[in-house]
Amino acid sequence: MKLVIAIIKPSRLEEVRQALNSLDVHGMTVTEVKGYGRQKGHSEIYRGTEYAVHFLPKLKIEIAVEDSQSDAIVSAIRESAQTGRIGDGKIFVLDLLAVTRIRTGETGAAAL
Amino acid sequence: MKLNKTLTVLGSALGALALLAGPALAQDAPKLDTGDTAWMLTSTALVLMMTIPGLALFYGGMVRKKNVLATVMQSFAITCLVTIIWYVVGYSMAFTDGGSTQAWLGGFAKIFHNNVGVTTTNALAGTIPEYVFSMFQMTFAIITPALIAGAFAERMKFSAMMIFMGLWSLIVYSPIAHWVWGGGFLGSWGVLDFAGGTVVHINAGVAGLVCALVLGKRKGFGTANMAPHNLVLSVIGASLLWVGWFGFNAGSAVASNALAGAAMMNTQVATAAAALAWMFAEWIVVKKPSVLGIISGAVAGLVAVTPASGFVNPTGALVIGLVAGALCYLAAAHMKKMFGYDDSLDAFGVHGVGGIIGALLTGVFADPAINPLGATHSIVTQFYGIIFTIAWTAVASFVILMVVKVLVGLRPSEQEEEEGLDITQHGESVNE
Repeated sequence: MKLVIAIIKPSRLEEVRQALNSLDVHGMTVTEVKGYGRQKGHSEIYRGTEYAVHFLPKLKIEIAVEDSQSDAIVSAIRESAQTGRIGDGKIFVLDLLAVTRIRTGETGAAAL
Repeated sequence: MKLNKTLTVLGSALGALALLAGPALAQDAPKLDTGDTAWMLTSTALVLMMTIPGLALFYGGMVRKKNVLATVMQSFAITCLVTIIWYVVGYSMAFTDGGSTQAWLGGFAKIFHNNVGVTTTNALAGTIPEYVFSMFQMTFAIITPALIAGAFAERMKFSAMMIFMGLWSLIVYSPIAHWVWGGGFLGSWGVLDFAGGTVVHINAGVAGLVCALVLGKRKGFGTANMAPHNLVLSVIGASLLWVGWFGFNAGSAVASNALAGAAMMNTQVATAAAALAWMFAEWIVVKKPSVLGIISGAVAGLVAVTPASGFVNPTGALVIGLVAGALCYLAAAHMKKMFGYDDSLDAFGVHGVGGIIGALLTGVFADPAINPLGATHSIVTQFYGIIFTIAWTAVASFVILMVVKVLVGLRPSEQEEEEGLDITQHGESVNE
């Protein structure tokens, strides 16, 4: 099993959700996060005082999937989250050791 | 306004009155009344409160968080812009005798409030100083364009909005205010509009619809989550609108008298009825009585009772409120979906539709026992008032939008719209 973590632009969430839905991915966790990579922040000016805002709002999507689905999901996220402009985000794939569904106690792929 | 009818008689005297500055001719004119003046000073402050912060918060709560500052900024900037325009030329165009053009447009004798001083009055309101009358009318000139902003929320460049609103105030608001209240042809025909159903609400609602159609939908409309980011702000805003509306409607008696009291009672009853009507309609259709629903219904009731408030009795106001609450719900929740336009905060669905309902029903329920000027009421005359207002505001708003589009463009880039107007238009953001 894999854990796919994608950092995306907040405005692309709906497109990503639809793309994953069409791959039969019906669950995900989304967190509002802040960060920066190559896209630097911007500055805001309040009564003449300038503040550098280094950390930009992004969304972090986490999805636990079976090994066989992983590549298709990564490319679906890449296509649906891409605007072509700097700041589109990144996708990380990690090995997932164990999963348990709390309600039933199921483990492994059955709990995904 | 209650003195509309007398204007045809007084109209010719108006220019001379302005030049000779009041007291010289005062033996026939009503005397200044301290009670009236006190109430109109109060009403003026109340109506200004409707726009800032009332409307700013009402609208600000309904947009997404990335656009909240841009939305409250629109109300605030329009307040400042229209104040200057009204002082310089708007008041003169609306409320000064236009001579040969009197049916269509007022004159320019009071540019920069020339010929207005501490001793003058306007023939339309002889018991209060002219400065107070102009200030009171100014607050109406301010809120009308501010209402339009609800239709194009979250997707208009600030520069485009400023140019549009400045031109709109001059080309649309001042003439229509003159037609109905300033001695123009609609008032002469007997169109009843106590506090601004046609001048303010139909006018702004229809202009809003034109803006929504010309600008097009927000990016992601129909798929992205565009839910209001903080309805508590909207509840505070709607509540300030309700309280401020007593200045709007009871203030439109332009006197501290029983008619103002009737207008206040009518306003309260219609607003409560419309709020409940919207709430119950939504409760029946979608099974939940929503907070946004009850406050939207209240605003719909305030809008619909506006032209009626000084003509109908409270039972008439009750019926107007119930009809407006239910029909505005249908307009905002269903008609908008049916036609697919993005009137983001329902400027047309509430102000346009509610204004038309109120203007028509004023012709049905006007009660001469409340106001003798309503004795000749007719739904047909009301209809003429609505048609002329819609025609002028629709055509002129469209043309102004085209001019602005050529000058600076109407919408920010797609990327700016995605990032939000707060940061891209104003360089500021609401922090967590």
